[in-house]
Amino acid sequence: MARIGVFICWCGENISRHVDVEKLAEQCAHLPGVRCCLTYKYMCSEPGQNLIREKIREERLNGMVVASCSPHMHLKTFRKAAEAEGLNPYLVEMANIREHCSWVHHDVKAATAKAADLIRMAVAKVRRNHALSPIRVPLTKRALVIGGGVAGIQAALDIADAGHEVVLVEREPSIGGKMAGLSETFPTLDCSQCILTPRMVEVGQHPNIRLYTYSDVEAVEGYVGNFSVTIRKRARYVDISKCTGCGACWNACPNKKTPSEFDFGMGKRSAIYVPFPQAVPARPVIDANACTMLTKGKCGLCAKKCAAGAINFKDQDELITEKVGAIVVATGYKLWDIGKEQENAKLAGYGEYGYGTYKDVINSLQFERLVSASGPTGGELRRPSDGAVPKTVVFISCVGSRDNAKGMSYCSKICCMYNAKHTMLYKHKVHDGQAHVFYMDIRAGGKNYDEFVRRAIEQDGAQYHRGRVSKITEENGKLIVRGVDTLAGEPVTIEADLVVLATAMRPADGVETLAQKLNVGYDEYGFLSESHPKLRPVETNAAGVFVCGACQGPKDIPESVAQASAAAGKVQVMFSREEITREPEIASIDERMCAACFTCVRACPYNAIERAEIRDRAGRLIKRTARVNPGLCMGCGTCVAVCPSKSAELEGFTEQQVYAMVESLG
Amino acid sequence: MTHKQPHPDPDMTTFEPKIVAYVCNWCTYLGADLAGTNRLEYPPNVRIIRLPCTGRIDFNLIVKAFETGADAVLVSGCHPGDCHYTSGNYHARRRWTLFRELLDTLGIEMDRIHFTWISAAEGRKWQQVITEITEKTRQMGPYLAYKRICRVS
Ligand SMILES: Cc1cc2nc3c(=O)[nH]c(=O)nc-3n(C[C@H](O)[C@H](O)[C@H](O)COP(=O)(O)OP(=O)(O)OC[C@H]3O[C@@H](n4cnc5c(N)ncnc54)[C@H](O)[C@@H]3O)c2cc1C
Ligand code: SF4
Ligand code: SF4
Ligand code: FES
Repeated sequence: MARIGVFICWCGENISRHVDVEKLAEQCAHLPGVRCCLTYKYMCSEPGQNLIREKIREERLNGMVVASCSPHMHLKTFRKAAEAEGLNPYLVEMANIREHCSWVHHDVKAATAKAADLIRMAVAKVRRNHALSPIRVPLTKRALVIGGGVAGIQAALDIADAGHEVVLVEREPSIGGKMAGLSETFPTLDCSQCILTPRMVEVGQHPNIRLYTYSDVEAVEGYVGNFSVTIRKRARYVDISKCTGCGACWNACPNKKTPSEFDFGMGKRSAIYVPFPQAVPARPVIDANACTMLTKGKCGLCAKKCAAGAINFKDQDELITEKVGAIVVATGYKLWDIGKEQENAKLAGYGEYGYGTYKDVINSLQFERLVSASGPTGGELRRPSDGAVPKTVVFISCVGSRDNAKGMSYCSKICCMYNAKHTMLYKHKVHDGQAHVFYMDIRAGGKNYDEFVRRAIEQDGAQYHRGRVSKITEENGKLIVRGVDTLAGEPVTIEADLVVLATAMRPADGVETLAQKLNVGYDEYGFLSESHPKLRPVETNAAGVFVCGACQGPKDIPESVAQASAAAGKVQVMFSREEITREPEIASIDERMCAACFTCVRACPYNAIERAEIRDRAGRLIKRTARVNPGLCMGCGTCVAVCPSKSAELEGFTEQQVYAMVESLG
Repeated sequence: MTHKQPHPDPDMTTFEPKIVAYVCNWCTYLGADLAGTNRLEYPPNVRIIRLPCTGRIDFNLIVKAFETGADAVLVSGCHPGDCHYTSGNYHARRRWTLFRELLDTLGIEMDRIHFTWISAAEGRKWQQVITEITEKTRQMGPYLAYKRICRVS
């Protein structure tokens, strides 16, 4: 039998001014199932809660309704109070007679009548509530980090240093990401490799980190705390447990004409190669498309030179399964390749800049390699076409950023900063050279950032032109850059030796496919979606999956690192418990009723419903059914609404409860 | 003993429309909360039923509301793209287009069913929507025709 307590709050005068609380209490005392009905000045206060607890005890209540403010405000408070008195917290409901009533309706009669309705609905509901207990799921305290750029490295080290095992998957032959190829970094101009490589080495040697390079995440199954990840280790043709990294092989390799990915095509590499000298692991891979032994069965020189016998031309991809409890995605970015044909009609590209046609029109990451001490020119700036030292260089900002018409509508955020850096690096290398920058606005927010840009202009003499470039043509070995300076109000034409395009920062290739495997959302550009832009910036809507670095949006190194540490922190919070507890207000399916149409399986936004089979003892199939995985269900109730056979039910919002609420209004 | 609302008065002078609103917990419910926090007054005719998401809304609930005497029904959730559960509202919208035809065929007055998106930040929109719906329903009068439909079918 229902023994419901109704507790009506005055909220000082907030409620009582427009709702006649005493009259309300009289009416509600007679609602079916109601055992007692009380009012109090402040229900949420300590004496208010004590009053509730006293009544729970005295009247042996088996359900209660607090009529006060929004459940978003105090449902947890009252559920806790009930629990402390031994009443299951899920037998507590609220009627929102403040935000939805007294604060918005000032006619006392009407407001009191509405408040009565709201309480009546809550009582009708609570009579049909079930006692629930939090769902406990076991937790594997190991983390997967996808992507080994500076963000992934930071996240992996933080988690590993906290004492948890980390599986780090990087698709390139070495970790390091873009930062490993940068020359010097704004706003301090410290050498990128000098600060990054020690951290890379740390990852390589960390007892808690298992590193898979040249590998991809093939499949992800399971749910928060209990993911099972299949990793494809691509054939490397080099046994890295035998290899000593001596370099005999790549020195011997006769096929040295492949454009180096690490140098963004500015240099060449051999068919067997390490992407750069400080690579981690410092072990080569064979590029199966470039190696003539693998394509034509001819050569094998590297194998002959390898004293360790590490070369294995018969190597094959290997699939490995790893169990983890949390996943951090740090797949970073790429620069938009404006030269090639574009993947969709909206992106027209910027053919007028001649990227991909004129050798001396390059992008910013290529420029980084040309000024890097470890780059293909040994740090001497020489242009790609003829190796000459460029005396006039034009840097163009916002190529494809902030361009609704044919590019990305967002700002890539870091280009203003690295353009300033590039003009400085250029001036430090070519003292008699002149740098020009075309820009829309200078966005240099950040500690010491604006000062940095000013230095480029004032000390290093970069000429800044506010305006866009309309066209670049090539004449007699010069690049003719035509643009406008909107501040001077006149067209500008510059004869340049080298043009550097700050093309838009976009998410790494393949990120959408990965996001789908992880059930993580992404925006129209492919940047991964955080669960709340302000309050949950590194969580995603997939429980147990976190994001950091440039895969979530354009950002620089300090921000990527900060976000990576934040994601690692979230993982550690998760790992600080022995098991995961989840809200029990989730869906379930009546397996006897289920027609196995699997409409719900397709509708569930979290892939929380599986196709299952019911078998008898002898293993004969009795029937097929849908089954909710309590570790995955988030309780949206979509399955309940779509199920044609009415077999799905959502705790906390059961059909019975909801219908009872509507009926109570009749 | 249940407390009964006065029966709608057919001569409309004292007619107070009864509006049932099915709203999601994460956007529209919070939008209505915000209207409260900002003390935005609106007619007291709406009764909110809080559901986790518009994805949970089985459209039979609309019929049920009319059955219990509602004169108008509102369904409101997060804006497209903003659903707390990523896609519940898309499912709701898709189902609604199908269900709509069915209700139309049954002879339900479609003008009495309202569908909208109200975010947690749109307290003012909540105020406007409820004011408009109440006014519109007041002009349409009580949904007496529904009783007739019930008798025929
Ligand atoms: C020209 C230029 C100059 C810059 N200069 C500066 C500077 O001076 N100072 C500064 O603060 N910032 C600078 N930046 C920004 C800096 O490069 C980024 O902030 C930083 O590299 C972001 O790190 P990340 O780890 O998020 O991404 P990335 O460096 O892109 O690393 C991502 C890693 O994930 C791997 N990966 C991608 N997809 C997958 C997958 N599906 N599976 C497995 N692995 C995957 C990639 O191979 C890569 O190793 C510059 C950027 C550019 C373009
Ligand atoms: S929609 Fe209903 S009947 Fe169909 S599989 Fe799911 S639970 Fe079973
Ligand atoms: S309630 Fe939502 S998340 Fe849970 S199984 Fe149903 S559709 Fe999936
Ligand atoms: S949570 Fe608001 S519509 Fe899904």
